[in-house]
Amino acid sequence: MTAAPAQALSKDRRRLRVDEAAIGDRIYEILTTACALVIPALVIAIAIAIFAAAWPAFAKVGLSIVTSSDWDVRAGKFGAAPAIFGTVVSSVVALIIATPLAVGVAVFLSEFSPTWLRQPIGFLVDLLAAVPSVVYGLWGIFVLLPLLREKVMPFLRDTLHLGATPLFSGPAYGPSMLAAGIILAIMALPYISSVSREVLLAVPRSQREAALALGATRWEMIRDAVIPYARSGIIGGIMLGLGRALGETMAVTMVIGNRLEISSSLFAPGYTMASLIANQFGEATSDLHLSALMAVGAILFVVTLIVNAAARWLVWQVSRDRAV
Amino acid sequence: MRAYKVAALMLFAVACAKGNENQSGTASSTSSSSGQSVDLTGAGATFPYPIYSKWFSEYANNTGVRINYQSIGSGGGIRQLSEETVDFGASDSPMSDEEVAKAKGGPVLHIPTVLGADVITYNLPGVTSALKFTPEAIAEIFMGRIKKWNDARLASLNPGVALPNQDILVVHRSDGSGTTYIFTDYLTTASPAWKTAVGKGKEVKWPVGLGAKGNEGVAGQVKQTPGAIGYVELAYAKQNNLPVAAIRNKSGQFIVASVAAVTAAAAGAAKALPANTDYRISIVDAPGADSYPISSFTWILAYQKQKDAVKGKKLVDFLNWALTDGEKMAGALDYAPLPAEMASTVRDRLKTIDLSATK
Repeated sequence: MTAAPAQALSKDRRRLRVDEAAIGDRIYEILTTACALVIPALVIAIAIAIFAAAWPAFAKVGLSIVTSSDWDVRAGKFGAAPAIFGTVVSSVVALIIATPLAVGVAVFLSEFSPTWLRQPIGFLVDLLAAVPSVVYGLWGIFVLLPLLREKVMPFLRDTLHLGATPLFSGPAYGPSMLAAGIILAIMALPYISSVSREVLLAVPRSQREAALALGATRWEMIRDAVIPYARSGIIGGIMLGLGRALGETMAVTMVIGNRLEISSSLFAPGYTMASLIANQFGEATSDLHLSALMAVGAILFVVTLIVNAAARWLVWQVSRDRAV
Repeated sequence: MRAYKVAALMLFAVACAKGNENQSGTASSTSSSSGQSVDLTGAGATFPYPIYSKWFSEYANNTGVRINYQSIGSGGGIRQLSEETVDFGASDSPMSDEEVAKAKGGPVLHIPTVLGADVITYNLPGVTSALKFTPEAIAEIFMGRIKKWNDARLASLNPGVALPNQDILVVHRSDGSGTTYIFTDYLTTASPAWKTAVGKGKEVKWPVGLGAKGNEGVAGQVKQTPGAIGYVELAYAKQNNLPVAAIRNKSGQFIVASVAAVTAAAAGAAKALPANTDYRISIVDAPGADSYPISSFTWILAYQKQKDAVKGKKLVDFLNWALTDGEKMAGALDYAPLPAEMASTVRDRLKTIDLSATK
């Protein structure tokens, strides 16, 4: 007889507690959702602002901003093809140099390094990411460029006779696409290496032991069991490094030679989109010039977007292959 | 249109932060360390920043009037003045008619403050005496038509100098700058071929060469590369002891740049000025036996009709001071002062600034 009201009471209490929890959950959910929405909203807002500002230039010069090499502010001609070319080529050169180095460092740290050495080397590599880009630029001007001009470029061109190929021909002045690629490689290296090291360390022990048990040498174990397991993570790291390289401005401006010309030689000076904006924005007064620089910013935005999408697709392809 | 401006400002702020980290850093630290309110704000050219900041600090010591100046570049100065976000602008090149027409606050007064000059610096190991150039030779080099140092056109100008059989590497500014404006203005005036092929501007389409950022970038590249030639500001070249060329002026004299030779160029040009000039004048290739030909004014830009009478009065007082006491400080910082007569006519012009606004 007395049990029924008591039971009802405890049921109410329980519901109350459930409701309270639900309200807390709800608030938390709303807060985190808001945080998550801020980012895409920001990206979209930036994209809209840039494209709106770039519109007058797109309307006036049309597709020639992408296809033409004629950038003459005085004549109102804005062809940014050399800058687009330079952004892509310098980043690709950077990845070609940085990837083997960074993955090598990561493999050494996760597979071969004595434990006491792992921390200091890892720390030093990560430290590369903390150096301001203008410092890399200064180093580039005072150390890298003279080294390239006096030693590396003559060696590649004359001693190795690579001068016969268009890639390494022409006079060696120092400031060049190659210099930009090397600076960018150093800047992208810590990103690739850090991510790769973490994913390599996360490869299960059993994976390694299984390979060794099957009679694999250490090298075979790394090549066939460890790296394939970590592949999508390593590619993710490379793409992070590529993102860094595409957008880098200051250091590149200081060593690339700033010449708006497409050249097949890595010894020739070039230009990047980010450098073009940084160089010309401060003194741009005509509306069309400003708008054209905004348009270059918009193109850089799109190029970055495409590269990132391609990277996602690549990672997805790789991880799907492994699952099959 | 609104979004366009917001984006322009945002990108602009980023560009400034990247490009002028040290300048804006010093500017903000001087203004914040005072702990007092700022009376006037200005923005613009980086080239006269050392002398302007000297003026502002001396003036604040003498009168207590604080002036905050951001050296964000001439283009930025003109834009901010046009949008009326600063009390005055500063530029190394005069505003175009189109830019003046767009300024929101009405007619803009160009007030010349000091003079600057470009010098030609080069790296030729073994050549110790100052090389001599004609305007035509400079234009030919920077157009890539004279390719070797031992070209007959250079050798005939420099008898007795052992010019090497070496390629010439042209180094120019990659960033838009008043320095480039002065240099290309000079070549446009002195060489018809340059005028049709390239023209003048804060950035132009260079026929040959490498682009380097800032005076220090150009000087660094020239210093490092045997056979290189470039142009930098006189003050920068003097402070860094760069080798500089003697250049033939309109009277046929070969002149090495100096503060006195630059002031002489202004005096030569000022003689021919009509009384009602708006001071938007170029003094490149100026007449006068002692005139250095690659010289230019730098200007402070202010509205003819001031919106705020109190601020307007402070600005006019400062400019009067700058054009008298301020001019005396210029030489020590390697800026050429205005010729005395001209400084006085510019001060007369300041009286035409309209301070009648009530607000």
